Amino acid sequence: MLFLIILILSFASGFFLPWWVVAIAAFLAALFIGKTSRQAFISGFGAVFIVWIVLALFKSIPNDHILANRIAQLFHLPSWQYILVITGIVGGLVGGFSALSGLLLKKAFEKEEGQS
Amino acid sequence: MKFTKALFSIVFTLILIWMLQTKFGPVPPLGKFLSPADGFWQNAESKHILTARTLNLPGLTDEVTIKYDENRIPHIFAKNEHDLYYAQGYVTATDRLWQMDIQTRSAAGRLAEVAGPQALEIDRYHRRMGMVYGAENTLKAMMRDKEIREMVLAYTDGINAYVHQLGPREYPLEFKLLDYAPEDWKPINCAFLLKLMSETLAGGSNEFAMSNILKKFGAATTNDLFPDYPMREDPIIPVGTKWDFKPLPIPKPSASFLASMSDSAKRVEKEEGIGSNNWAVAGSKTANGYPILANDPHLNLTYPSIWFQVQLSAPGINVYGVSLPGAPCVILGFNNNISWGITNVDADVLDWYQIKFKNNKKTEYWYNNKWNKTGRRVEVINIRGEKPLVDTVIYTHHGPVVYESKSKTTKNTPRFVPVGDALRWIAHDESNEFRTFYILNRGKGYDDYRKALTYFSAPASNFVFASRDKDIAITPNGKFPLKFKDQGKFILDGSDPANDWHGWIPFDQNPTVKNPSRGFVSSANQSSTDQTYPYYINWQFAPYQRGKRINDRLSVMQKATVDSMRLLQTDVYSIRAQDIMPVMLKYLDASKLDQNQLEALHIVKTWDKNFSVNAIGATIFSAWWLKVYDMIWADDFDNKKLQHNYPSMDRTEKLILQEPNSKWFDDSRSQVKETCAEIINSAFINVVDDLTHKYGQPGKSWQWGSVKKMEIAHLTNQEALSSGNFESPGTGSTIDALTGGHGPSWRMVVQMGPTVKGYGIFPGGESGNPGSFFYDDMLKTWQNGQLKELLFMQSPTETSNRIKTTVTISNKK
Repeated sequence: MLFLIILILSFASGFFLPWWVVAIAAFLAALFIGKTSRQAFISGFGAVFIVWIVLALFKSIPNDHILANRIAQLFHLPSWQYILVITGIVGGLVGGFSALSGLLLKKAFEKEEGQS
Repeated sequence: MKFTKALFSIVFTLILIWMLQTKFGPVPPLGKFLSPADGFWQNAESKHILTARTLNLPGLTDEVTIKYDENRIPHIFAKNEHDLYYAQGYVTATDRLWQMDIQTRSAAGRLAEVAGPQALEIDRYHRRMGMVYGAENTLKAMMRDKEIREMVLAYTDGINAYVHQLGPREYPLEFKLLDYAPEDWKPINCAFLLKLMSETLAGGSNEFAMSNILKKFGAATTNDLFPDYPMREDPIIPVGTKWDFKPLPIPKPSASFLASMSDSAKRVEKEEGIGSNNWAVAGSKTANGYPILANDPHLNLTYPSIWFQVQLSAPGINVYGVSLPGAPCVILGFNNNISWGITNVDADVLDWYQIKFKNNKKTEYWYNNKWNKTGRRVEVINIRGEKPLVDTVIYTHHGPVVYESKSKTTKNTPRFVPVGDALRWIAHDESNEFRTFYILNRGKGYDDYRKALTYFSAPASNFVFASRDKDIAITPNGKFPLKFKDQGKFILDGSDPANDWHGWIPFDQNPTVKNPSRGFVSSANQSSTDQTYPYYINWQFAPYQRGKRINDRLSVMQKATVDSMRLLQTDVYSIRAQDIMPVMLKYLDASKLDQNQLEALHIVKTWDKNFSVNAIGATIFSAWWLKVYDMIWADDFDNKKLQHNYPSMDRTEKLILQEPNSKWFDDSRSQVKETCAEIINSAFINVVDDLTHKYGQPGKSWQWGSVKKMEIAHLTNQEALSSGNFESPGTGSTIDALTGGHGPSWRMVVQMGPTVKGYGIFPGGESGNPGSFFYDDMLKTWQNGQLKELLFMQSPTETSNRIKTTVTISNKK
């Protein structure tokens, strides 16, 4: 569920909002419906990883990857697939740690509430 | 504990996001740059092209139609001039915004603002040598001319209409890579572009080096080794052309100049290969009876391409050609009546004046036997990530004192700039070059051509011309200072008014020729005239080889066609080899050569003197000649102070041909006495051994195309955005002058006639976006030495299967 929510929010935001909005999406989603740290991180990482790769391919396939190949070379990588995966990992890390942060904050409050 | 954990995770995530949003050194902000939402992926253009689009631009007064052809070249049809230039600005910006930004930034000394401290010295130099000062003066003249003002303002508004549409995700790739935002275009940027052209073509000087040579060797030797006219020449204005004007009195050389020229008194660097070709052939020598014009300006080849092809059409104007991104009008091109092209004159329009300050405050300087006040101009240079630098430049009536003391220089200061000297440069003066192009774009015949030229100051250019009326002409043209002979060959004494520029050569006395009897006109940066021209333009021009080859070919040509012109533009026959190789071979003693060297000798002997891609002889001859040249002069001139400013190759040829016993052959560093023959022999052995060492036995790997390096580099010098090394024919002294990243930046051939037909190609593409299919789509055709027929439409309703997209722009909201 968490995975799906982050996936939908990041996908929609990708068309008109700045890139870091995925962090807010993952953070809030985990804050409200996250369960465990592990699940939150994996959902955040996986969802943004997939969304960024899919959105990048939307642009890169009709381009025959000519730009992605040039950028790969710029980063001293052999071909466009590498830059695509790195893109996914960067997005994934942001999504994963944001979701984890949301979840941990939620946990912190849960405990506070439980104690009082 | 849980709070700490949450806090730690949140802080870590925020730091991660901050790091991904921040630029570290040359690395772009990774999150921003890689994200599909904002990053480079957005710049990947689709191969699916829309056939029709409509746009709204409220700044227009009427509807504009733009037809894009298969190379994405825009053909702009407007209903009035305002809309025409507005649309030109808009369209150019859509394809070249970053290039326009970075080039004008560079000229304005504002690179450090986006690139940081590493660009500071370039900025300081541009500020201190008066680029901004010059651009401000030019802007004044532009703005006084009503039509030019309106054109520049409309063009500016068109660019800004595009800039204002852009959100961060639509920024051109390089803005994302360097992490900065586009800013509004200003009219002065158009002037900066002209200054940049002046800097490229007329911004270097060797006066500093020449003065040091004069000090070291004395006047007699300097005049002998650096003569004012070459041994071999084939000037632009045919030898013997009569000057039908009464020249102004030539200024008297100053006393200090005369003193330095006597031996009893004790005592930007120029690069061969930056040059261009143009010519026009009269109808009497062409197949269809009308003139043909050809032009190929050689420049440092870059991505995005230097030129932007465009057709501009509105009532009263229909013109096709190449424009400079950031400047309105077509710069080189044709219309239904005329065609024109330019090459660089290389006039001496940049001089250095030694300044004597009263004291360390430098508020007064000695001139005309009294102390005169200096001016001050404060330049504030913004530096990314650092405090702005406030740099004060001292101005005299000559111009800015570029570096008034050693303490103002750094290790990156250009070496050709003498410290303590004021710069007098033509590009500092008011000028209105756009008026020239405004008139040419609408030109109907020879009279318009002559009128247009009167407005052109700098960089002085050889304007070639051909018309439907069957006129051809050429004019080395610009604002030429009136000087005594050799005034400015060396650094001048800035306190003596006799050393000032003494006014100007009247425009109508600039060298020119119309319909000469030989049936063609041509230029390849060689001497403008023979030695009978009464005025001094410069003491040194580009070597004569390209000009000679062009003239040799054109004089025997009959029934010329566009294809004969194309073949001539890509001709790689070496006049230098023809001139000098026989004597080099004569001196070579074959009995002293080993097997390998003999084979190399055989190859070079049987070589057809063409610098073709597969020629091995070209590789051997080129290396051999350069070695000989270096061995003759290195001992005396390989000196930092002399900036490796060797005597010319022409002078060297003369030395070998006519003065084989000259003392210059002797290496002053060795005990024994070397001779001409010894140098030529040892150079050959040396070079062949060196080539063998690098490429193995003489064979395929020695071929000129693979030995010579050639690449079209992106303006950021990023390999990934450049063309990569490719095989290419030619060398600096052949017509197809491809050398060290320089070469024909635009090849154009125009067949005049009842229906004009233009052909052209440039190495690159219309788009400046490395993620576009039109970034380098014309490169292959250019590499193959082919031209493309240019689609010159007579009306927007004309149909052509080459039109791929029609954009209709209205002004309605």
